Amino acid sequence: MTQGMLLRQITDHANRADPYPLYAELRKTPVSQQGDALFVVSTYWEIKSLLHDPRISSDARNLSPQAAGALPQQEEETTALPPAFLKLDPPEHDRLRRMTMHPFGPPHTPRRVHNMHGELARIVSDLIDGFGDRDQVDLVDNFSYPFPVTVICRLLGIPREDEARFHSWADTIAASLDPDPDQDPGERLRVTQQARTELGMYLSGLIDERRGAPGDDMLSALVTDHGPDGQMTPIEVLSTAALLLIAGHETTVNLITNGMLTLLRNPDVLKRLRDEPRLAVPLVEELLRFEPPVQLLPQRTTLADIDIAGTTIPKGASVWLVLASGNRDPQRFLDPDRFDPDRKDNQHLGFGSGIHNCFGAPLARLEAQLALTELARRLDNPRLLEDPPPYRQNAVLRGPRHLNIAFDGFRA
Amino acid sequence: MASDGFLEWMRREGRIVIVGASLAGLRAAETLREEGFTGSLTLIGDEPYEPYDRPPLSKQVLLGKATADRTALPRRMALDANWRLGVAATGLDMAAKRVRLADGDEVEYDRLLIATGVHARPWPHEAEADLDGVFVLRTRDDSAGLHRRLMAAPRRVLVIGAGFTGSEIASACRERGLPVTVAERAAAPLVGALGGVVGQAAAELQREHGVDLRCGIMVTGLEGDSAGRLRSAHLSDGTTIDADVAVVSLGATRNTAWLAESGLGAGPRGIACDAGCRAFDVRGIVTDDIFVAGDVARSPHALFGYQFLSLEHWGNAVAQAEIAAHNMISASSDRRPHLWVPAFWSSQFGVSIKSVGVPSLGEEVLIAQGSLAERRFTGVYGYQGRVIAAVTFDQTKWLEFYQRQIETAAPFPPAFPTVDRRPEGLRPVPADFPDPSLPTHGPSVTLSGYSPTDRRITFTPARA
Repeated sequence: MTQGMLLRQITDHANRADPYPLYAELRKTPVSQQGDALFVVSTYWEIKSLLHDPRISSDARNLSPQAAGALPQQEEETTALPPAFLKLDPPEHDRLRRMTMHPFGPPHTPRRVHNMHGELARIVSDLIDGFGDRDQVDLVDNFSYPFPVTVICRLLGIPREDEARFHSWADTIAASLDPDPDQDPGERLRVTQQARTELGMYLSGLIDERRGAPGDDMLSALVTDHGPDGQMTPIEVLSTAALLLIAGHETTVNLITNGMLTLLRNPDVLKRLRDEPRLAVPLVEELLRFEPPVQLLPQRTTLADIDIAGTTIPKGASVWLVLASGNRDPQRFLDPDRFDPDRKDNQHLGFGSGIHNCFGAPLARLEAQLALTELARRLDNPRLLEDPPPYRQNAVLRGPRHLNIAFDGFRA
Repeated sequence: MASDGFLEWMRREGRIVIVGASLAGLRAAETLREEGFTGSLTLIGDEPYEPYDRPPLSKQVLLGKATADRTALPRRMALDANWRLGVAATGLDMAAKRVRLADGDEVEYDRLLIATGVHARPWPHEAEADLDGVFVLRTRDDSAGLHRRLMAAPRRVLVIGAGFTGSEIASACRERGLPVTVAERAAAPLVGALGGVVGQAAAELQREHGVDLRCGIMVTGLEGDSAGRLRSAHLSDGTTIDADVAVVSLGATRNTAWLAESGLGAGPRGIACDAGCRAFDVRGIVTDDIFVAGDVARSPHALFGYQFLSLEHWGNAVAQAEIAAHNMISASSDRRPHLWVPAFWSSQFGVSIKSVGVPSLGEEVLIAQGSLAERRFTGVYGYQGRVIAAVTFDQTKWLEFYQRQIETAAPFPPAFPTVDRRPEGLRPVPADFPDPSLPTHGPSVTLSGYSPTDRRITFTPARA
């Protein structure tokens, strides 16, 4: 089978439930050319090194025309919102990320995430209570989705009554990140743009409100902070807020759902988690390795010719870094296809690495630890009704669309 | 084979003695046990404390965010060992394989690891050094004492020497709101380690944070009152500074004095060893039963022209201890070289500074990313057309890339554009290190004797 066919198979929805054998195939060529100007990197050390390589840009404007043409969509250039820092290089990236980190994490706000512990636990508990007297639920619709949406809305300071609208905008925009070559790009572009515009209009209204009457939320901080980097422009606040909203929950949904799926497939580990909740910490790390919510980063480009693993990636090429494949690289991890929450030296690529290393990682970890511990503790005899479950279209942000589970009842 | 038999016996019931119960000593002991050594293990330390971590001593402890007595190093495992703490090693009899202790005891070994580290270079005038208010900062006790004094709101703190430790102390003082003067002999802080170009950025950083930084200057005398308390300091430009605390930060001296008569290749610059951590004796012949690790070791590094490098680096202490421990109980074919790429970090004035490679070898420096003016940058050092080192100010995440450039002897200046190259970074400039041809107070070696059996090497202080 040729390499080009492999990539097509990976993006093919039919292989979504278990892409790992395809990744193993892909790793036979650590850096492989998959099209005119598209290079796919599948092995751990090569991915790691490119994530720290200053000749790799996250800014799509550096793609050669040839590489840009080969990509399925470039929706952002045509919308009102400028690219968020996720898709920018230093120094703009650094400045915006720093300003966003200011109200979120260390050194300025080191306890923001920690202090949300109680609130997160309450949200989890309420959602499980909300299962009512049912003995089976779709975990995605009833738990994994509403949980992080609620959390990110609380963090940003978005009124609860607006959460449902967010859900739909976020879903549409996240779907556009999927580099699926089979979809009609024109139609998708139109739908995505509309969602972005509506989200943008909503957020700018909210931002105006917060500027007048700031609260303790991040949105208020972003519009009122005067750090050493100055202040964000209104449009920067907008694109940053949109980024946090999308990245802050499209990924966590999958982390939690993949987590529960993996636990139900490994009942011994599920039982251990019930008996020793502290297992949640290494268990979530192993999940991030074993079933990472972000499977690949399809938006990097080279600023110079780069020699790596015997291949020269030419300047301007599109580079896809398959994090989920690197996480199963036997050159790096012993027995990589085994789910082992006791794994030592688990430096996975689940959150990426380098300057674009996941901004929300501390929050995502805490959310997943709390959610899985509580599900394991409270559900009596939980089991899968369907294995594999139906998957979402997205090959990048991969996860089940539904996870139907049954159980015999609840513990208090 | 006889030698295999010895190794087997050695691993099972041999006696290993580790002199130095700090980071390197502890990690070596743990590695020995992890690798299956079941014989007797003795750790000797001159301080009464279990192994503790030093980086917090010049940072968190001075800020009151940690206390000096709670910086014990985390243990990787429960360690079955004889601890001889609070007693210094005073001598070594290589022929009899015995370490002499300050309490008159002697400990026999089959394999010895020396990890005695360094001590702070004291203020050279003894009477002045004894003044109340004059400190050095190396140990737990030093740090606790200095912290107590900083709590008492001194009028002004004088830091003598703006290397990494001195700069960190000045930073902690400023964070506590204390007036601080830094006196540095060179033209800028950190010049010895990072050169004048980066040193200038460090100087601006200090001044921005309110440090009274005096460069190109020496402290000529410390003066106390009748009760023996420090009152002021005299500087070489004729000025006087009123200060009731002075912290002497003039670098470190290797703890090798106890080996003076031993015949081991130990001198003021450390103990020379091969890449496998085996110590050389004074004749330059490698021993097979004495190993060294950590700050006290000097070993040749293939990447840097086989120069004997002596590194006061936390990560080096760990890596070298692990290699030494492995090699102590392994057959020669299974031994590993210590090929750690030097790496160093410091935290001061809100900036995280990290370096890899050996910046002081650099002839030129290029700001490859970021900007000196913003105090966020990656500086890359070049030596004879290749990348030899890199330093980052608040740009840690790029360092791994430049480490690979050093490891692969990538050409300097880098020919490629990066995601963030400002105009100032387009051209390399002289790195501006102090001229190495100028005399320093480094030691030298003399040879004596005529017949081959009489030839002797002696480490000798440089003539004044």
